[in-house]
Amino acid sequence: METSAILILAIPLLMFLFLGLAGKYLPHKWAGILGTLGMGVTMVLAYTVAFEYFFSGNSLFIDADGNRLQHVVFNHDWLNFYDKLSIRLGFLLDPISAMMLVVITTISFMVHLYSNGYMRDHHGVWETGFQRFYAFLSLFSFSMLGLVVATNIFQMYIFWELVGASSYLLIGFYYTKPSAVSASKKAFIVTRFADLGFLIGILVLSFYVGFYSDGNITDAFTFTSLTSVPVDGVADTFQVSEGTAQVIRDLFQNSAAPMFMGASVLTWALVLIFMGGMGKSAMMPLHIWLPDAMEGPTPVSALIHAATMVVAGVYLVARLFPLYLMAPAALDIITVVGALTALYAAMVACAQIDIKRVLAFSTISQIAFMMVSLGVTRLDHSVALGHEVHEGLGYMASMFHLFTHAMFKALLFLGAGALIHAIGSNDYTAMHGLRKYMPITHITFLVGCLAIAGIIPFAGFFSKDEILTACFGHSTVWAIWMALVAGLTAFYMFRLYFLIFWWKEHKVHDEHHAPHDQPWTMTLPLVILAVVSVFAGFVPFGSLVTWNGHPITGSGFLTNLENLNWSVAAISLIIAIVGILIAMKMYKKENPLPEKMRNALPALWDWCHHRFYWDELYQFITHRIIFGLVCRPIAWFDRHIIDGTMDAFAAVTNKASYAIRGFQSGNVHMYVWIYLIGAVLLATVTMICVL
Amino acid sequence: MELNALYYLIPSLIMFACGVYGFITRRNMIAMLISLELMLNSVDMNFVVFNRFLFPGQLDGMFFTLFAIAIAAAETALAIAIVVNVYRANNDIDVRDICKMKF
Amino acid sequence: MLFSNILIYFVLIPMLMLGGVALCRNIKQIRAVAVIGSTALIALSAYLIAEFLKAPVEDAVDGMYYYQSWHWFTAQNLNINLTVGVDGVSIAMLLLSSIILFTGSFASWTIAQPKAFFLWLILLSTGVFGFFISLDLFTMFMFYEVALIPMYLLIGVWGSGNKNYSAMKLTLMLMGGSAFLMLGLIGIYYHSSVDGHHTWNLLEIARNNAISTEWQYFLFPMTFVGFGVLGAMFPFHTWSPDGHASAPTAVSMLHAGVLMKLGGYGCFRVAMYLMPQAANDLAWIFLILTGISVVYGAFSACVQTDLKYINAYSSVSHCGLVLFAILMINTTAMTGAIMQMLSHGLMTALFFALIGMIYGRTHTRDITKMGGLMKIMPYLAVCYVIAGMASLGLPGLSGFVAEMTIFVGSFEQGMTDFLAGAGSLRLVFTVIACCSIVITAVYILRVVGKLLFGPVQDKHHLELTDATWWERLSTATLIVCVAAIGCFPNFFENLIRGTFDPELFRAIAMNLNF
Repeated sequence: METSAILILAIPLLMFLFLGLAGKYLPHKWAGILGTLGMGVTMVLAYTVAFEYFFSGNSLFIDADGNRLQHVVFNHDWLNFYDKLSIRLGFLLDPISAMMLVVITTISFMVHLYSNGYMRDHHGVWETGFQRFYAFLSLFSFSMLGLVVATNIFQMYIFWELVGASSYLLIGFYYTKPSAVSASKKAFIVTRFADLGFLIGILVLSFYVGFYSDGNITDAFTFTSLTSVPVDGVADTFQVSEGTAQVIRDLFQNSAAPMFMGASVLTWALVLIFMGGMGKSAMMPLHIWLPDAMEGPTPVSALIHAATMVVAGVYLVARLFPLYLMAPAALDIITVVGALTALYAAMVACAQIDIKRVLAFSTISQIAFMMVSLGVTRLDHSVALGHEVHEGLGYMASMFHLFTHAMFKALLFLGAGALIHAIGSNDYTAMHGLRKYMPITHITFLVGCLAIAGIIPFAGFFSKDEILTACFGHSTVWAIWMALVAGLTAFYMFRLYFLIFWWKEHKVHDEHHAPHDQPWTMTLPLVILAVVSVFAGFVPFGSLVTWNGHPITGSGFLTNLENLNWSVAAISLIIAIVGILIAMKMYKKENPLPEKMRNALPALWDWCHHRFYWDELYQFITHRIIFGLVCRPIAWFDRHIIDGTMDAFAAVTNKASYAIRGFQSGNVHMYVWIYLIGAVLLATVTMICVL
Repeated sequence: MELNALYYLIPSLIMFACGVYGFITRRNMIAMLISLELMLNSVDMNFVVFNRFLFPGQLDGMFFTLFAIAIAAAETALAIAIVVNVYRANNDIDVRDICKMKF
Repeated sequence: MLFSNILIYFVLIPMLMLGGVALCRNIKQIRAVAVIGSTALIALSAYLIAEFLKAPVEDAVDGMYYYQSWHWFTAQNLNINLTVGVDGVSIAMLLLSSIILFTGSFASWTIAQPKAFFLWLILLSTGVFGFFISLDLFTMFMFYEVALIPMYLLIGVWGSGNKNYSAMKLTLMLMGGSAFLMLGLIGIYYHSSVDGHHTWNLLEIARNNAISTEWQYFLFPMTFVGFGVLGAMFPFHTWSPDGHASAPTAVSMLHAGVLMKLGGYGCFRVAMYLMPQAANDLAWIFLILTGISVVYGAFSACVQTDLKYINAYSSVSHCGLVLFAILMINTTAMTGAIMQMLSHGLMTALFFALIGMIYGRTHTRDITKMGGLMKIMPYLAVCYVIAGMASLGLPGLSGFVAEMTIFVGSFEQGMTDFLAGAGSLRLVFTVIACCSIVITAVYILRVVGKLLFGPVQDKHHLELTDATWWERLSTATLIVCVAAIGCFPNFFENLIRGTFDPELFRAIAMNLNF
């Protein structure tokens, strides 16, 4: 176990170092094969580890009552701050990290494989920097794996920064393109700004946990103890260090704990940590980097900006979920932010032309679904449309959606990549009617769209249904809101689908250059992911991943179907189908309806098309206010006031010495005169005084 | 007529004044040097006189005078050497013309 | 015996190098002397670290290992001694200095008038090494001046741009700092003991603990500002942008990499260590100043167009963080400060080396006139990106470790103060200092984006070549060091903290009743 765990992290890292340092001397082909193989081995290892965790029945992983446990495979000191606090790097195995291992390695492997075809043109000529691309992919995989297996929040922060950097490098892969450079810069700075919140949140949390506990903070800070807090009335099933748990509980409930602006400081810490999550997961108002990040190569968008890195925010909240449970105000904030983002992104996605941007906004919207799902989770018993809701359902639903979304969104992105590769443009206006030319891409893309729209029995249906159930259990208002967003999702995805594959016939000038399906390295991942997207909904998540390890459903193949809340399912299905039908009506054949609708509500279209002018607002703030009103004045102040003062000192000294330098003329006669007069004067004065 | 100190000191003072006057007004380095010697000698004379009249039992002033004469001789030799060199460089020994040495 | 003490060799080897360079006839011999000498220094510091880690605690005199003192001038009760001794902090600094000297020699491989250049450069490093091993205020100050003066000639003769102005400004401002410092040191000397046996010896002064609080209030600002000028403390930092901009590559490296550390080290070893009471009471003034430095330098760097100005302002920000952390009077933050010194020294030396190499090719440092260098000189460009990442605190490189330690320590101290009702100044300024991580990212990525990425701006640049072997060696050494600190921070933290824990803090703790 420990060997596999180390290898899972070590192989991508070594691959990064090897390809990064020696890649230049390798043939392109071998770099690709080597990278893919490395990832393949990692994937196999991750599968074995996850399989062992979930199904071996080992007493390390599951207790006698069938509750899943957290297991720290290894944990080493990396940096001692002081005797009580140090950063440890380790490997934590629990339901969500095992699940994430599977997700990351699967998608990463698919992307590695796919890139062998994608990163070369139609004549088989490799992209410049092909080896660099694989090196960065490996670096990203390493960082992301390190993030999910983090044993403590500091390790998470470390890898959090590393994924940010590898995302920066990959978005800016086409570094000669100014738009890619500015997109990468934007992504890094926006997420960095969010990380500032994360950092301060960590500092607050670490201080409080340390301040109120007598023992070792490092131990207290390991997730196994930090998150295994017994909440009154609910049995805790993770290993609990009772002392720590008590400390944390005291922190939240102790009225002596300091307050800040009406909320306990710890609520603030959690909100600040969530701010980090907002940055990485592109929640409004820190979402602006994600659409621009589509400047990177499409496989990168599939891996980083759809399936793995952008869900890190959700993962972070899920990781600290027991803490969030004790701060309902923070959860409410998460719900509101998530719900607003979901609607916003869905609206914007309806009015985009660039297919990757549609997918980007759809990603934002779907991640917001996961956030909302976490936000509405409470432990009190609740009822959704007449059916009882399992305790902690929202958490499970969120993780489930994370899992299925990763699969079908990666599928959609890779499909979009195949289209872009074939057509050479990102705009659907250059596509239309491609279904005949690219049948495999067409079918797999359709599967992806059905899955995200939430049509039974595709993966998205089950996870989205669970989310809506959880929402109904908490608040009907948010539930209806999210259901509407789900309808909107179906609409914009099928708008995209119809505009790409139907609408009108594709004009082919030359039969020889007609668009066609791509080589097997690119279609194979599509097919695999499509198959997964069909069946992933049947994974009995309720028995595998829950907030406290206590299974809430059985583990049979059809258990998800059996446990469906049919009234919610019916609502979501109807809404999805209505969305699809509207899209079909509007976009299946070329017709003037969309134009009419646009002209009917020009303001709405404009706002959606321009993403509600968020980018312009940020442009204004950064360039006019930060640069214009802070940086430039400071630089001016430095050059003219501070430096001016120093120069003024020098100038005054200079002036003064010029003024008195006449005394040092070098003219001996003058010296003698002065000397003589001085002597006479002195003598006179002395005599006067004496007399 | 009793020879008191004044008989020595007044010529000495006149000598000193001549020296100062010469030093200030002359531009010729040799002339300045001579003026300088004049001043030195007047001071030497003062030493001797004061020693003789105020502390007849001691010889400190005498020694000091001898010492000063020796130093003055050395100094003159040095000064003359400089003057000769200046003359070689400038073809004249006017002090106003050797301000180049400042730089 | 003088030569039985290993520390003496840190001064002796540079002196031998001086002699060696003086005897050299051509540039090859000079290079050989410089490389051999600096390699010997690196080996010596490595050996010292190994010995130090093994050395039993009993060997130490007040936490100082290899402590030894020789009379130098003791007439009139002046008590000037040559006292040497090191702890983890000085060892880290010695290692840093020798690495920078080594890489600096490679960076000035093709300098004009090599003999004179290397003579001054090595004289400068003699001063630096002497400063770090000294435990006697007098010799410390002497070595400090030895390190400062060659800077004037090195910039004035080998510099570029407005070099006379810069050299003069730099020297005068630093000398102004020295004036304060000398006043402070003499003041300390005259209050060093109660019984009239004045001493310059740091450890004895700390042990006597005889400086009255009123005098501390006067002397602490003197010494702190004196060293702070060299540490680029706001508002005494303006020598840094101009000085760095004009200095030749190796001098920029040594100056930003090592000499600016003299300031931080001095603040810590002299000002804070000898006058803890004043350090505690007056810290707020300097916390505000250094806190401003951190943010102010970063904001200024955002709008500069000259590469060296950007880096100089970034140094103001990073060195501000060093002094800021020292003023926290907290073990963690102070350890972080020393880590930051190491990290900033290596990283900024790397930056200046790269800027020098780029400037040597393109003959401009204006980022608006360059672009797309990644395509033209990939090796240098990659190094630049790595340096940038280290500067903005990417985990795995040194910046992160240092900043994280500082922030954790400062925050802890800030909260402790706050909860104890001692005001929220430290807390507020810690949060403000944290903001610098964002601003740093802004200016670093701005430079990287404009300079290395994007289309090539100037057609003539297409003909330029990538790094030569000596340039590669120099940058690679620095990158390896930066990565080593970033990947194995515990080794360095333990090296440094080992000295903080009981001994060095005794003095502070005694006064403040921690």
